[in-house]
Amino acid sequence: MPDDVKSWLMALPLVAVLAFFLILPIIMIVIVSFWGATEFSIYPAFKLENYQYMFGSPVTYSVFLKTFIYAITTWFFTLAIGFTVAYFLAFHVRTLTWQVTLFLVCTIPFWTSNIIRMISWIPFLGRNGIANTALINMGVIDAPLDWLLFSDFAVVLAFVHLYTLFMVVPIFNTMMRIDGALIEAARDAGASGLQILLNIIIPLAKPGIMIGSIFVVTLVMGDFITVRIMSGSQSANVGRLISNDIGLLQYPSGSATAVVLLLTVLITIGIMLRFVDIRKEL
Amino acid sequence: MGEKRPTSFYVLGAFFCLFILFLYGPTITIGILSFQGPQGGLTFPMNGMSFHWFRDLFQQQAVGDIWGSFRRSLTLGLMVMITTVVFSVMGGLAFRKRFKGSTILFYLIITSLVIPSILVSLGVGLIFNQLGWDVHWATSGFGSQLTWTLPFGLLIMFAIFNRFDPSFEEAARDQGATPWQALRHVVLPIIAPSLIGVALFGFTLSYDEFARTLLTAGSYNTLPLEIFGMTTNVTTPVLYALGTLTTLFSFLIIGTFLAIALVSQRRRARIISKAGRDVA
Repeated sequence: MPDDVKSWLMALPLVAVLAFFLILPIIMIVIVSFWGATEFSIYPAFKLENYQYMFGSPVTYSVFLKTFIYAITTWFFTLAIGFTVAYFLAFHVRTLTWQVTLFLVCTIPFWTSNIIRMISWIPFLGRNGIANTALINMGVIDAPLDWLLFSDFAVVLAFVHLYTLFMVVPIFNTMMRIDGALIEAARDAGASGLQILLNIIIPLAKPGIMIGSIFVVTLVMGDFITVRIMSGSQSANVGRLISNDIGLLQYPSGSATAVVLLLTVLITIGIMLRFVDIRKEL
Repeated sequence: MGEKRPTSFYVLGAFFCLFILFLYGPTITIGILSFQGPQGGLTFPMNGMSFHWFRDLFQQQAVGDIWGSFRRSLTLGLMVMITTVVFSVMGGLAFRKRFKGSTILFYLIITSLVIPSILVSLGVGLIFNQLGWDVHWATSGFGSQLTWTLPFGLLIMFAIFNRFDPSFEEAARDQGATPWQALRHVVLPIIAPSLIGVALFGFTLSYDEFARTLLTAGSYNTLPLEIFGMTTNVTTPVLYALGTLTTLFSFLIIGTFLAIALVSQRRRARIISKAGRDVA
């Protein structure tokens, strides 16, 4: 049996799952995005109305803009926090045992429920929550802040809370592979800590930074549930637009939005992938 | 050791501690608040201490079908876990050599990881609908979740095989082992401990999955769907009690997997050092 065939046979179960539950659904969404809908059902057709309506509505543009703003803001904070945490773990924690232990402490929340982790912010951010009470007691503010919960602030805070880990893991991974001799050599040659960081560590950690960025940006762009829970249904991103259409059984119009969202995400990743060869970095 | 730590260590160390507090603080808070007294609300102050809200969870009528959804999530998690491990190992083995079309398949896997979850949910829902099949957590829900867990499983397998020393396998083959024997008696035992990681991802990602299951679970909810339903209409600490219980359950699962990983690693270290002594 030729090797190529053998490899495909081994990958067959995987290919079958992806074919039926990924490729076919995408094709289906593209097809349905040209269909028509009544109040209760959808029917096959070939019309461009769904797209015309979407591109003709100003809501679409503001919602896409909002989606990008969420993505960029979250990306900035997760990168800043994630890089610092990974840097601390990789270069300041000295024994491997402690590195692994602290790394696990950072990773464990990832394996618990996102929805619960979102809900957990309610007692912190609510009108009578911990944050407001503390600020009032300290005399910083006189009246409770209303924008802490159910606001864009809460949405981004939850995103950062949920997804910083996706930065920590790949950045830590690339940092651990940096040869200590390089850093020592730089130090012997008189480089300051800042110079080592800027000229050695950041360039060598770039693949990890890119992989983390891809994760965070795509997760935020595709999200609909965090925005719904944390904004108290007051803000909308593209995901919520789609989920609203689904709720109203307007599958064709939801599908059209989904197609545009998918293209946007893929183009964004395509641009980011130009900076890194993921396969080499695993 | 003993070398004086630079100031930056303490600054970064403090930052790290704050980060950990940020990660765990909210979870701990709802853990405490779930012991609210019967009159207590969703925020502090505590209005007495009680198990009232936990008791509520065990009374069906109060909160819907929590235990049924828990059982379904558990079953589904185990199904997804086993499938993810088996399919990822096979896929990982296939990817050890470059084959025709492997690049396309690789990008397909990445697509599966980065595609907005709601698209999988919507697309699978539409397909089942057009085929006239009923969506059910064990069929459409199961498949949709695999599009999320398999990429993680495969990425872990890639990482494992990139660090895999092929000389063990070559040695086995030199001694006359068939490819299957080499796989069964050499490769699989070596990678077995790492598979615990794949299993952990498979189970927990399924157990907590929401977006891809939303339109594909059918009339019987999984636990995350049930919890999401509660967020919109339950305004008592019973929500926190449920959150605390399922988080504890997750911790239990994670702890078990980590303990198994640790034990198997120790055992292997012992075997290797014993083998070393025998040779000497």
